[in-house]
Amino acid sequence: MPAGEALPDSQPSYVSSWIYVFGVLTLAALTVVLGSGIVLTLGGSDWWHASSVGHFVNSLHLWSVELFFMFMVIHLWGKFWMAAWRGRRTMTWVTGVVAFVASIGTAFTGYLSQSNFDSQWIGAEGKDGINAIGAGAFFNVLNPGQMLLWHVVLLPLVVGALTVIHILLVRRHGVVPPIDATEGD
Amino acid sequence: MTMTRPPSTPDAHDFSKRPYDLVKEFVIALTVVSLLTVVLAAVFSSPDEPAITMSAWAQADPADVVATATGELAGTTTSATYGAPYNHNADGQSVLGIPLQKMGGVRIPVDSAELVLQPLTDQVGDAALTDALTQWQSATPSQRTAWATAYADALAVAPDGDPAQAPAGEYGPVPNLTAAFLDVARSGYLEGSLTSSGNFYGGDQTRSLLLLSDGAYLEDRAVAQQLGGDQWGMMNETGNYPGQPWMWLYTFWYQVRPFSTSENADAQVWALMMLLTLALMFLPLIPGVRDIPRWVPVHRLIWRDYYRTHPRA
Ligand code: HEM
Repeated sequence: MPAGEALPDSQPSYVSSWIYVFGVLTLAALTVVLGSGIVLTLGGSDWWHASSVGHFVNSLHLWSVELFFMFMVIHLWGKFWMAAWRGRRTMTWVTGVVAFVASIGTAFTGYLSQSNFDSQWIGAEGKDGINAIGAGAFFNVLNPGQMLLWHVVLLPLVVGALTVIHILLVRRHGVVPPIDATEGD
Repeated sequence: MTMTRPPSTPDAHDFSKRPYDLVKEFVIALTVVSLLTVVLAAVFSSPDEPAITMSAWAQADPADVVATATGELAGTTTSATYGAPYNHNADGQSVLGIPLQKMGGVRIPVDSAELVLQPLTDQVGDAALTDALTQWQSATPSQRTAWATAYADALAVAPDGDPAQAPAGEYGPVPNLTAAFLDVARSGYLEGSLTSSGNFYGGDQTRSLLLLSDGAYLEDRAVAQQLGGDQWGMMNETGNYPGQPWMWLYTFWYQVRPFSTSENADAQVWALMMLLTLALMFLPLIPGVRDIPRWVPVHRLIWRDYYRTHPRA
């Protein structure tokens, strides 16, 4: 990374559109998801069913996840229409897609860890999809102990690491110039 | 290929700059998202419908509990005929002739008849039940299947599936076993017996969830809430909540042919989604698709300030 590029105080002048905000909004929503999730872990997996404070924290967690996905999908479409993978930024796009897929897996294990009716039904339905490709033998959606640990440890680590790499790549390459822009404009 | 090759993308550092405070941008974004989350959570809360208990199932739909137990003994339920990863009783699904399901192996062995027999065996002090179990254990496998199948047929024609109104027949100990099983379910003891057998801490619900989903009650409850597989249920959740809208494409395939009528739909939809995910991932390398944003001028809108000051030749 070029010196001073990690947190510069200026950007190329073409960086002027609302669409640029959605990457940062995704990151902010992820921060709220992690924060509310950490508060949920304090009380353990049964806490929020019985406590009104716990239930509110669960609501924070749910809605920050909905916002996270909404921002991420807008971000993804924005980057598509900007063809933001140009100029050796392919890995930025690839890490973004993998973060998207890992986030879907994290949300899925979250639903399975809730220990309520939704978990029962989503587990009963979801097992057929996972078993059909032979993965159910290793990733048992009917085992909430396993799902909870994936949800609170393994998958957040994956999403977090991908996000860090993704953003380092963005900073290293600088923001992609407009389509058809020429050198030194 | 040189014909369609776009001009190479210049370096971002060669362009004129404007002041931009990334830290301030993030702090503002975090504040806005936090506030938005608090408002949404306060206004809409979140769904938390309690899990179905076995005793609630037995209260609400006793005939379904008896029919399910009979099916487990007859070997006709979903779990009894599942295949990998629970048993060898079916080949499972495949894609393009590759038996993916079978290749995973039977790593979570489940004997569906034991879902009924094991909780019954745990009961002590009920002489009639002990006799029924002894009669079942000492019968040949084909005799057992004949009894259970005949009783399942009888329940199917009884009004409301009510065991009391089933026609008389050669059912051996099956009516006694399933009636005793209903009592165990009612007592609230069943999930404990199925989850924690052998372990004080029951963290794994595989067996109790398989039993519950072998019955009709769980699905009836789900369908009543628009959560069925053919109701886009995979992306919905209980109540009026957004659920998992990001699953729309995965869920979509189940609604259309050939998947909606295929026996291998689960495996096929998975394979298709993996293929599409790979395509999305490597989209920057796929000629044609990666050129769409060049042809459709959404970028003229995004960078309109830049294009206004830099008209193209
Ligand atoms: C965990 C989820 C994600 C987070 C937190 C995140 C965050 C960010 C941030 C903060 C930026 C810089 C600001 C901007 O241009 O918007 C960025 C840029 C970028 N993102 Fe993401 N992103 C995520 C997922 C994705 C996804 C799903 C894709 C697309 C498949 C993607 C593709 C890109 C690309 C190509 C850039 C570079 C843009 C450029 O050079 O102008 N990201 N991301």
